[in-house]
Amino acid sequence: MPRKLILCRCEDVTADDVAHAVAAGFQSLEEVKRYTGFGTGPCQGKECLVPVALAVARASGTPVTALRPFTARAPLSPTALKQFAALEEESERG
Amino acid sequence: MTASPPKRLAGVHGPLPANAELVIVGGGIMGLALAYNLAVRGQKGVVVLEASYLASGASGRNGGGLRQQWSTEMNIRLMQESLEICGGFARDMGINVWMRQGGYLFLMRTAETRAQIERNIALQNRCDVPTRLIGTDEARRLVPELAADQFLAASYNPTDAVVFPWPFLWGYAGAASRHGVRIHTDTPVTAIERRANDYLLTTARGTIAAPRVVNAAGAWSPRVAALLGLTLPDWPARHEILSTEPLKPFLAPMVSVLESGLYVSQSTRGELVGGITMHEAKTNDIQLGSRLAFLGAMARGLVEVMPLLGEVKVVRQWAGPYDLTSDGNPIVGEAPGWPGFFLCCGFMGHGFMMAPVVAKYYALHLLGRETHPLFDRWRLSRFAEGATEAEGMIIG
Repeated sequence: MPRKLILCRCEDVTADDVAHAVAAGFQSLEEVKRYTGFGTGPCQGKECLVPVALAVARASGTPVTALRPFTARAPLSPTALKQFAALEEESERG
Repeated sequence: MTASPPKRLAGVHGPLPANAELVIVGGGIMGLALAYNLAVRGQKGVVVLEASYLASGASGRNGGGLRQQWSTEMNIRLMQESLEICGGFARDMGINVWMRQGGYLFLMRTAETRAQIERNIALQNRCDVPTRLIGTDEARRLVPELAADQFLAASYNPTDAVVFPWPFLWGYAGAASRHGVRIHTDTPVTAIERRANDYLLTTARGTIAAPRVVNAAGAWSPRVAALLGLTLPDWPARHEILSTEPLKPFLAPMVSVLESGLYVSQSTRGELVGGITMHEAKTNDIQLGSRLAFLGAMARGLVEVMPLLGEVKVVRQWAGPYDLTSDGNPIVGEAPGWPGFFLCCGFMGHGFMMAPVVAKYYALHLLGRETHPLFDRWRLSRFAEGATEAEGMIIG
């Protein structure tokens, strides 16, 4: 895999960055997310989770099927504060 | 260019040693900072047990604020020293913590809040913290986007700061490991047995015995203590937080509204990061789910304070557990009746900023070199004795 191949376009995380994270001891996708920042931009992992998982598997020798995806975070896509501000308090219960 | 092999910054998964001199339960900022401070002063045989991964708990979920605007002299002085340690952290540990000293601006709406804040400021000034009560015009000069007229005044200290929390954990973990500390992640403690001369801890990866154990498990600390039959008075409380899309740097200070518990800062990545108080029923469950109700409350609070932000997009929300006590102060020291079992918990959602200094004094205390008044003031028995001193500056 070319070292400068960008796996996370939002945060410019390369294949080399992922290999570096694994070499520093980070094993799970939750940890690699925190160390490299992948999946924390506007796509929130929707584009990059699978390519990064494959790169982590390759770097660590772990089968990709043994890696668990990181916790998905709301909102589903970036949403303006004014839209949340306009919500009625009553409709937010639960 | 070939980069040098990276230093190990994470924990290990592996069988535990049978014995240790000192086991720390909890691989958050408190546990890791304590392990580092002990090892760097020559303590051998320190093992940290973390149930999940580093940064999985409150240490990896907080807003990264470092402030000296507290209401008790001890907290003010501790945070002065903590900020000094944080200022040298990148140099000392060789890791960037994205520290930015943009100050803290506390906004207030009522005369009642102002009277309390004026007392706090007088105390902070006596400790040489340069906090000032400022009017809304000056607040608007500091943050032109502020709809300042709705406030009565503001409390501003230019030397408060924000950091990116995660590298603090890796910095402490990496340095502790290089000084001989073993950090075991994905290693939850499932049982603790008190024996004649030590404690036997059973984990998912085997057992380990040690004469001294430190419970630094944050919101999980009552559960860890309960394994031993010890009841702690702290309890967990969910606090939610959100992050927006990155914006050009515009917001120098952390901005907080005292009456609503709203706080927001701009990270060095450009994102706005912030939370607000959500009133919840007291529970012993650790709840980390995210709610739409929080997005609504936070969005209304932010847009009210800075109307321009209405167009800014929320990218992500998450939650972390505060570890609360009834007087707003932590619980430290040896548990009465449990020789060798030490507590380092109840940090009220503000343990991250306190850890660098608390861990230093905790290490000196455990090594028998020096004790700090915090071990008297924050002892567990104060609750039963009614000898509490309330801290008023708990935000969020």
